[in-house]
Amino acid sequence: MTADDADGILVRVGQVDKEFKRGSEVVHVLGGLDLEIPNGEFLALMGPSGSGKSTLLNLIGGLDRPSEGSVEVGGQRVDQLSARKLATWRARHVGLVFQFYNLMPVLNAQKNVELPLLLTRLSRSERKKRASLALDIVGLSHRAGHYPRQLSGGEQQRTGIARAIVTDPTLLLCDEPTGDLDRKSGDEVLDLLQALNKEQGKTIIMVTHDNHAANRASRILYLNKGQLSIDPVD
Amino acid sequence: MKYLYLIFSSLRRKKLRTGLTILSIMVAFVLFGYLTAIRQAFVAGVEVAGADRLIVRHKVSLVQLLPQSYESRIEQIKGVENAAHATWFGGIYQEPRNFFAQMPMVPEEIFSMFPEYVISDEHQAEFLATRSGAIAGRGIVERFGWKVGDRIPIQATIWGKKDGGRTWEFDLVGIYDGAEKGTDTSQFFFRYDFFDETRAFGQGQVGWYTVKVSDPDRAAEIAAAIDAEFANSPQETKAEPEGAFVQGFANQIGNIGFIIMSIMTAVFFTILLVAGNTMAYTVRERISELAVLKALGFTDRGVLSLVLGESLSLTAVGGVIGLILAWLLVSMGDPTQGSFPVFYIPTRDLLTGVFLIAAMAFVAGIIPAIQAQRLQIADALRR
Repeated sequence: MTADDADGILVRVGQVDKEFKRGSEVVHVLGGLDLEIPNGEFLALMGPSGSGKSTLLNLIGGLDRPSEGSVEVGGQRVDQLSARKLATWRARHVGLVFQFYNLMPVLNAQKNVELPLLLTRLSRSERKKRASLALDIVGLSHRAGHYPRQLSGGEQQRTGIARAIVTDPTLLLCDEPTGDLDRKSGDEVLDLLQALNKEQGKTIIMVTHDNHAANRASRILYLNKGQLSIDPVD
Repeated sequence: MKYLYLIFSSLRRKKLRTGLTILSIMVAFVLFGYLTAIRQAFVAGVEVAGADRLIVRHKVSLVQLLPQSYESRIEQIKGVENAAHATWFGGIYQEPRNFFAQMPMVPEEIFSMFPEYVISDEHQAEFLATRSGAIAGRGIVERFGWKVGDRIPIQATIWGKKDGGRTWEFDLVGIYDGAEKGTDTSQFFFRYDFFDETRAFGQGQVGWYTVKVSDPDRAAEIAAAIDAEFANSPQETKAEPEGAFVQGFANQIGNIGFIIMSIMTAVFFTILLVAGNTMAYTVRERISELAVLKALGFTDRGVLSLVLGESLSLTAVGGVIGLILAWLLVSMGDPTQGSFPVFYIPTRDLLTGVFLIAAMAFVAGIIPAIQAQRLQIADALRR
C-alpha cells in the first residue's frame, strides 16, 4: 500500500457520518467528519468518552462501515469493499493494537504473533521465523514460549504490537494501547510505537485519553461531538 | 492443516468440559457399535440367505414334522432343482448354556445345498464314510476347543434313543468355514441315516426342507406350487423364501431392528444436545476472541469453518475412540456364549458411524458457527 497521491496522504476520510441504533433511538456519533493523514505520521486522537474516537479508528481500519461518506486508505475505498475483500485488505495492510491486548489465552506468545500469518501462503518455518523477528523487535524473544497469563501487562501489550507488525502493515491502529498499563510499561510501549514510526516509517493512529501518551505523537487531534479540532476539548 | 493447532488449542481451553463431552460422544458410539453388532447377529441369516432357496415347513408350526417322502415329490415340481431336509435336534452339550444348533442331514445334500459352507474334500469324504460322524463350523469348534477326531457327547432333550439312552455321541470328522463373514459357523451337522435308525420315535419324519429353485424370480410361484402339492393332506406345508423364514424366526423375539434403532435415536439425540450445548458455550465465551480473529483478517467463512472444525474435532475424537472401543469389545466375541453365532460390526455400519460423526459435528456446530460468522467486529469488541 502506498500513499494515494502526490502530497503523500495515506488516509482520507471524507464527510463521514456514523449512526448507531440503540433500540428505537438513533445516536449520531460522527457527523460530516473530514480527516487526512499523511503517510508516516504518528497521529494521536483524543477526546472524552463517547466522542467517537474508537468509532473513527474502526472505520479507518475497516472494522466498521460509515453510515455516509467515504474512507480511503492508500487509494482504496475501504467503505466500498465486500466483507471478504475487506478482511483480506485488513490482513495485508492494517495492524491492530487493543487496550486489553486481546491475545488468545490458549496460545503462547509465539503462536499469538503467528496468527495473522496463517492467512498468508508462508511456510510454517517462514511464519515461525517472522514471528520470532517481530518478538525480537518488541524485545520479547525470551518470552516466546510463555502464555498470556504468564506475561505482565506490558509484555502482553508488546506481544500485541508484535502481532500487529508481523505482517509488515503500513498502518498501525492503536486503541488506547497504554490504557491498561502502569506508567513504566506504558512508556515502554510508547517508545516502541515511536520507534516503529520513526525507524520503520509506520503510519500510526493512536486513540488515547492520556496527554502523556498523546505527546509522543507527531500530531494531536481532538474529537468532540463528532467533530475534529486541533484544540483540546474544554 | 495450519489451522489445526488453533482448533485443538481452543478445545483445550476448558479441559473438563471438553473431556466430558468427548466421553459422552464416545459412550454413544460404543453403544452404536455394540448394538449394531447385535442387530447384525439377528439379521445376518437374512442377509446370507440364498435368494434361490425356499424353506418348506409344516403349515401349523415349525415343531410339527413332515414326512421324508415329501422330498421326492418336491423335487418333481417344475422349477425345483433339488431339496434337502433337516431336523432340529435341540441337544445339550455339557450344560444348557452351551447352546448351538445341531441338525441331522444327508451329507451330500448339505454340500450341494449350502455352498457357503466351505469344507475340504478330505473332511467331506470322512463324513460320508463315518455313520456316527459329524461336522461343525469353525466358530463352534474354536468356542469349545474341539479338534477333528474328538468324540462329542450331546444330551438329547427331544430325541431319545431306541435303547432308552439320551446321550448321543458323535465323532467330529470335519470342520467347515464360512464363505462370507456373515455365514453362521456355529452349527453342528450329523448324519440323518444314523439319527433315523437310532432315535426312539419319528422314523421317516423330518423338520423342514430347504429347496433350491432354478429361477429366483419364480420363487413365489414355485412356493405356491409346493403348498398346492400338499394341500388337503394331513401335513400341509408352508413354503417361503429362506430370508423371510429367517426373518420370521428373528421376529419371534421382537422387531429387533426397530428396538435398536429406537434406542440409538434416543442416545444420539441426547448426545447431540450435549455436543450442541458445548459448542454454543464455546462460541459464547469467545465472542471477543472471534472478533479479534476477524479484525486480524479472518473472513466470515473462515471463522465459520474454524467453529465447525472444532465441532468436528470434538465429535471425531469421541466418535472414533467409541467406534474403536466398540470394535474391540465386539472382537472379544459373542457376549451370550452362543446365541449370536454371527457377531461383528459390518463395514457398512462402521462407515455409517463415520457418517454419523460428521453429521453430529455439523448439526451440533452449525448454529454457533453461523453466530460466529455473523459477528460484527466493532460490536463484538465492545462487549
